[in-house]
Amino acid sequence: MDISATITIPAKLEFLYESVDFVSSCAREQKFSNEKISEIALVIEEVFVNISKYAYAEKNDHDANIEITCKSVETKGFVIEIVDSGVPFDIMSVREPDLTSDINGRQTGGLGILFIKKLMYEVQYRREEGRNKLTLFV
Amino acid sequence: MQIKTGKEKNMLIVSVKGKIDTITAPEFEKTLFSLITQGEKNLLLNFSELDYINSAGLRSILVSAKQLKVNNGKLSFSELKGPVKEVFKISGFSTIFDIFDTQEDALK
Repeated sequence: MDISATITIPAKLEFLYESVDFVSSCAREQKFSNEKISEIALVIEEVFVNISKYAYAEKNDHDANIEITCKSVETKGFVIEIVDSGVPFDIMSVREPDLTSDINGRQTGGLGILFIKKLMYEVQYRREEGRNKLTLFV
Repeated sequence: MQIKTGKEKNMLIVSVKGKIDTITAPEFEKTLFSLITQGEKNLLLNFSELDYINSAGLRSILVSAKQLKVNNGKLSFSELKGPVKEVFKISGFSTIFDIFDTQEDALK
C-alpha cells in the first residue's frame, strides 16, 4: 500500500531537529535498520542546512519554508521529497570535491552534497513552478 | 555532545560522545582550537561513543588538522563506529588521516 506524510516547517536552523525527527520516524515505520536511519538523518540534515543557509535571501520571509514529504511507493520503495521556493539550486550540478588531496590541499566545503549523493540510491532535482524539488530515493 | 580530555604518553586524548552536527560542531571546533592554542601537538580523537557526524563536523576536523600541521602537530583517530566510519570513508578522510582500531594501537 502507498503511504505518504508531509510536514511544512520554516527554513531556519532552529527547526533542523524537527525535520530530521519527522523523516527518521517515517523511516522507522518502514523498518529500516538504525544504521540506515542514521544515514537518512544525515542526508536530511545536509539538505535542510543548505536550504536554510542559502535558499532564501530574505531570512524573515514568511514564505521561507521547507516542505518534506515521505512516501512509500510500492514500485520505488521509500522516497523523500524536499521542496523549497528559494533561489534555483541544482545540487546535481555541483562538482565533487577532490577527495585525494592531502590535509593542506583539501578544500573545506562540498562534503554535505557528496553525502546526499553517495548515501541515497538515487537523487533527482527539478525546478518546478518556481520551486526547487529534490527527490531522494532511499 | 560531551567532550572529555585526558593525557596519555605524549598524546592528548579527546573523547567525544553523542553527536557532532551543524548545531554542536562550533563547540567541538572551539574545544579543539583552545587545545591547539594551549600548545597541544598530538591529538587523538577517540570516537568510540560518537554516534553521528555530518559535514559540519568534518569541516571542524579539517580546519583543526590544518592548524595542527602549521604547528608541526598531528591529528589521529581511534574506534570509529558504523555511520561515523562510513562518513569517513565517503569523504576520503580514512585515507588522509591515521585511524586506529583501538586507543591502545594509537598509543603504540
